[in-house]
Amino acid sequence: MATAKQEIGNGNGSLKYVGTRPWRPDGVDKVTGRAKFGADISLPGMLVGRMLRSPHAHARIVSIDTSAARALPGVKAIVTRDELPDIPNQWVPAGEVAVNYRDMSQNVMAREKALYDGHAVAAVAATSTAIAKQAIDLIEVDYEVLPHVIDVREAMEPDAPVLHDDMFTEGVEPTPETPSNVFKKVEFAHGDLDAGFAQADVIVERTFTTKPVHQGYIEPHAVVASAGEDGQCEVWCCTQGQFTVRAYCANLLGIEIGKINVTPSEIGGGFGGKTVVYLEPIALRLSQLAGRPVKMVMSREEVFRASGPTSGGAMTIKMGATKEGKITAAKAWIAYQAGAFPGSPIGPGCMCVFAPYDIENAEVEGYDVVVNRPKVAAYRAPGAPISEFASEGVVDELAKKLGIDPAEFRLMNAAKEGTRALYGPKFGPVGCIETLEAARQSEHYSTPLGPNQGRGIATGFWFNIGGESCATINVNEDGTATVIEGNPDIGGSRASIQLQAAEALGIPPERVRPLVADTDSIGYTFLTGGSRVTFATGMAAIDAAGKVVEQLRERAAKIWDIPVEAVEWEDGYAKPSGSNAGDFEPMSMAEIAAQAGKTGGPIAATATINAQGAGPGFGTHVCDVEVDRETGRVTVLRYTAVQDAGKAVHPSYVEGQMQGGAAQGIGWALNEEYIYDKDGRLENPGFLDYRMPVASDLPMIDAVIVEVPNPNHPYGVRGVGETPIVPPMAAVAAAIENATGVRMTDLPMSPPRLLEAMDNGGANGGA
Amino acid sequence: MSNLQFEAPETVEDAVRLLADADGEAKALAGGTDLLVQLRTDFVRPGLIVDLKRIPALMDVTANGEEIRVGAAVSGATLGKNEAVKAAWPGVVEALELIGSTQIQGRASLGGNLCNGSPAADSVPALIAAGAVCEIAGPAGSRSMPVEDVITGPGQLALGPGEIVVSFVMPKPPPRSGDAYLRFIPRTEMDIAVVGAGVALTLDEAGVCTHARLGLGAVAPTPLLVADGAEALIGTTVDDDALANLAAAASAACNPIDDKRGTIEYRVKVAGVLARRAALIALERARSNG
Ligand SMILES: Cc1cc2nc3c(=O)[nH]c(=O)nc-3n(C[C@H](O)[C@H](O)[C@H](O)COP(=O)(O)OP(=O)(O)OC[C@H]3O[C@@H](n4cnc5c(N)ncnc54)[C@H](O)[C@@H]3O)c2cc1C
Repeated sequence: MATAKQEIGNGNGSLKYVGTRPWRPDGVDKVTGRAKFGADISLPGMLVGRMLRSPHAHARIVSIDTSAARALPGVKAIVTRDELPDIPNQWVPAGEVAVNYRDMSQNVMAREKALYDGHAVAAVAATSTAIAKQAIDLIEVDYEVLPHVIDVREAMEPDAPVLHDDMFTEGVEPTPETPSNVFKKVEFAHGDLDAGFAQADVIVERTFTTKPVHQGYIEPHAVVASAGEDGQCEVWCCTQGQFTVRAYCANLLGIEIGKINVTPSEIGGGFGGKTVVYLEPIALRLSQLAGRPVKMVMSREEVFRASGPTSGGAMTIKMGATKEGKITAAKAWIAYQAGAFPGSPIGPGCMCVFAPYDIENAEVEGYDVVVNRPKVAAYRAPGAPISEFASEGVVDELAKKLGIDPAEFRLMNAAKEGTRALYGPKFGPVGCIETLEAARQSEHYSTPLGPNQGRGIATGFWFNIGGESCATINVNEDGTATVIEGNPDIGGSRASIQLQAAEALGIPPERVRPLVADTDSIGYTFLTGGSRVTFATGMAAIDAAGKVVEQLRERAAKIWDIPVEAVEWEDGYAKPSGSNAGDFEPMSMAEIAAQAGKTGGPIAATATINAQGAGPGFGTHVCDVEVDRETGRVTVLRYTAVQDAGKAVHPSYVEGQMQGGAAQGIGWALNEEYIYDKDGRLENPGFLDYRMPVASDLPMIDAVIVEVPNPNHPYGVRGVGETPIVPPMAAVAAAIENATGVRMTDLPMSPPRLLEAMDNGGANGGA
Repeated sequence: MSNLQFEAPETVEDAVRLLADADGEAKALAGGTDLLVQLRTDFVRPGLIVDLKRIPALMDVTANGEEIRVGAAVSGATLGKNEAVKAAWPGVVEALELIGSTQIQGRASLGGNLCNGSPAADSVPALIAAGAVCEIAGPAGSRSMPVEDVITGPGQLALGPGEIVVSFVMPKPPPRSGDAYLRFIPRTEMDIAVVGAGVALTLDEAGVCTHARLGLGAVAPTPLLVADGAEALIGTTVDDDALANLAAAASAACNPIDDKRGTIEYRVKVAGVLARRAALIALERARSNG
C-alpha cells in the first residue's frame, strides 16, 4: 500500500506490541460465560422493578391511579411523574454534548403526555416478577388520546399534530409565533452555489429517505440500583459511560454527584444506544422509596418500543459536475426525525454530507424534527450514514452520467490534506484518497460479474472525537502492571489500551492487565463513543506509562546511586545510558518493583487528558450483489471494506469493527425498519420482524486496513469504530443499480420495494 | 396468580383425558418452540400443559409398502435423519427442516407446526401437496382429516376440546414422483414465510403428469390446497406453458393481507414464482425417480 509510514513509537522508531494480535483480555470470560453483564448482578434483598408503558403514540395523561397496585402485598414502591423532580426546560453542557434534563426526565417517565408507544408511565418495585407484573396491571391510567405523527415530512406540515406546545423553531429569523415540530434549523455554506451550478455540465437532483434503525445490541438494558440510608447510592448497569449515568441520575433526581457510584458491567453491545439512561434513574428512585436494591431489565420488546434507534431522514441532494469530472457545486436539504424530544444528529448529518469531497461551492440546510416515536439515541457515526447515503447516491449517478468510473470520479474530487470542510476546519493528513486507491486496485474491484449481478462502491466520512480521559497505572510487586481506565469496553478497547500501555512501558501485553473501573475509582472519563477510546484513553494510558517509566528510572538511579539522567529505559529494562554512567547489568521492571518499598514506596501514576486532534476517518466499501428479478431478493455476494485506521493497534479488532459496521449497514440497506400501525403502535418489536441480517445472510467481509498516521497521537492512531457504517447503504444501492438499472432512493431496499421498482422499470422515491 | 400444572402422560388416552378434563385452558406440548414463546409473552395463559413427547405413537416413524406414518411430535432433527421418509417425500422433510435453527430443529415438530394454526407454517403446504392425512384422537375416539382441513383460520383449528393429532399418514409415492417446498423470506433463515409453496407430482412413462397437488402458505387466512394448480399440470409434460398456468393459478388462489411481512401485490406475485420454481424441482425429482 502506498502510504507513508511515519517513524513513531517508543524511542527506537519501531513499534513492538502495537500492531500485534494477542488474545483480548476479556475474551476467555466472554466465551465461557463467566463475564458479568447487566442482568447478572444480584444483591441481597433485591426487588424486581417493572415499567408500565403507554399503549398510545400520543396521549394526555389525565390521571394515574396506583392505589390498587400499592395495596397489593409484595409491592414496595411505585414511581410515577409525581415522584420525580420537575426540571426546567434548559440545555446544559454534559461532557461533550448538550443535554436538556427536562426532556431526559420526561423521556424516562412521561409527565403531561405520553409521546410514543412504549413511553414509560409508571414503575413498580415488588418482591417478585409475578407480583410486579400484577401490580402493573392494577395501575389505572386515564389517557386522552391525541392525534399523532410518525413520518418526518408529515411532522413538518403546518397542520401536523404538535408534540410540544412550547417548541418554536430555533435558527430561523424571525422566531415563529406558533409552535411546531421543528426544533431547529441549521445551515452551513461556503462559496457561491449559483456560480458553481452554472459551471456544471451535468446536474443531478434526487430525494432520498431512510428509516430509523436500531443498534440491535444483543444485551437489553439492565440495572441494579441501591440507595443506602446514608444517601450513598450504588448503581450497576450496562452502559457506555458510567460517568454519564452518574451525572444523569444525579441531575434527574437531585442527588449530589459524589453520592452516586456507578459500576459498569460487561456490555453486550451498545453502538451508541447505551450512552443515555432509561431504567437507571427510575430504579434508583424506586430503591430510595423502597429502601432496598431494585433490579430492572428490559425485555426485547421494551428495547424496541422505548429505547432510541437512530433517526430516519428525508434528504434532497443536488450536485453538479463538469464533463471532465470536477464537482462544482453541491446543495443539500436534510430533515431528521428526533423521536419525541429534540436532539437528532442533524448537525453531524449536515457536516458530513459532502465531507469526502473537495467542493468549492456548497450549501446545506438541516432540520431537527420531533415525531411520536422513541427519542433517538446515538448509533455509530450518528447522522453521517443517513445523509451520506443520499450524497453518495448522487455522486454515483453523476459518475455514471459522465461515463467516469465511480472510484475514479471520487478520486478526482477526493478530500485531502488542506481541503476545507464545509463545516469549517481544514483537514490534516487524511486517508480518503488512500482508501479509494486501495479499493480501486483491489482484486475484488476488477473481478468479472455474472448475470443479474452488480457492483457498487461508496466512500464515507466520520469525524472521530477525543475528549476527557483518565488512566492510572499501578506497578505490582512482580513487575506486572494494571492499567485502570474509565471506558466500558464495547469494541475491544481493553486490548488496545493494554497494547498501548505495554508499548510505552516496554513490557509484553500479557504483563499489563487492563481494568475498567467504577466512577469512584478513576478520574472523570467521557463515555465510550465517537471512536474516541483507543485514541484518547490510549493517550492517557501512554502518558501514565511515561510517568511510571520516569519513576522506574528514578528507582534504578537510586539503587545504582547514579543520576537519573544517566538511566535509560529500553524494552522494559533500566540501563545505564553509556559506559561513563557506570557498569551495571540492565534491571528489569520486576527487579525494580521488588525493591519499591526500599526505594520510595509503590510505583504508580495517573494521567489525565482532554485529547484534541482526533484524526478523521475515511472508508471505502465495495459491494457485489445478485438480484432475483422475480422476487426482489438481494443477495450480497462479496464485500470489501477499506478504511484508514491511522495505526491499527490491534488489527483483528479493527477488522472486526469494519466487518461489524458493514454488517449493520447492510441490514440498514436491505431490510431493517420499524413498522407502525395506523394508531402509531409498533408492530415489529422483536428480531423476528425487525430484520437484522443473520450470519447466513452475509458473505465473509474482507477488511483492508490502510494506515495514514494521525500526527496527533504518538503511535498515529485514529478512531475506527464508526466510519465503517457510513458507506454500506450507498454501496449496496449502487450495486443494485448496477445489477438492475433501478436506482433505489428509499431505504430499506426490501424485496417488495425493489420488485415494485423493477416492475415499474425505474427509480423509486421522490426523484 | 394462577398455578401452571404440567403433566407428561405415556399414552394417547391419558393425554386426551387430561386435556379434555382440564378446568381452565389446557395446552398440548410437543417441541414447545411455539408454545414456550407464547407463554413467555403472555400470549397464552394455560392452567395445564400436557407434554406429548412420552407417548410412543407421537414419536414413531414407520413405513410399510403403502404408507408412511410420522408421529406428530417427531422433531425436525429426527425426521431429517430418516432416509425412507427423505427418499419418499423430500419436500416434506425439507419444509420441516427449514424451521428455525439447529436448536429449534431439535424440538420443532410437524404436529406443533400445524396445530399452532399459523397460515405461514412451513411444513403445512408441503404436507398438503403430499396428500398427508392427520390421525386424530379425542374424547369421542379417533378420526382422520386431510391436513388442508385442519386450520380454519389464523390460530383456529378444526380440532375439538381434548383432541390431538397423533400422526401424519402419507401415501408411499408411485414411481416417477417428486415433491418440493420453497418459501420466500427476506433473510436466509430465522424468519417467517412471506409466501410458501409445496408441489407434488407424478409422471407416467411418457413424462406426462398424471397427478399433482399444490399447497400454498401465507397467502390466505389458512394454508391452501389449490385445485386449479393441479389441473394446470395434469395431462401436460410440465412445459413452460403448464408452469405459467400453474403460476397463474397460484396467484389467483391468493387471498392475502397487507401486513408487516409483505404486501398483497407482492405475495400474489411471488406465490406464482415459487409455485413454478417448486414444480421445477419436483419435476426434476420425479424424472430421476424412474
Ligand atoms: C427461533 C424460531 C424460529 C422459527 N422458525 C420457524 C420457521 O422458519 N417456520 C415455521 O413454520 N415455524 C417456525 N417457528 C415456529 C415453530 O418452531 C414451529 O411452528 C414448530 O413446528 C412448532 O412445533 P413444536 O413441536 O415446537 O410445537 P409446540 O410449541 O409444542 O406446539 C405448538 C402448538 O400446537 C399445539 N400442539 C402441538 N402438538 C400438538 C398435537 N400433536 N396435537 C394438537 N395440538 C398440538 C400446542 O398446544 C401449541 O398450541 C420458529 C420458532 C422459533 C422459536
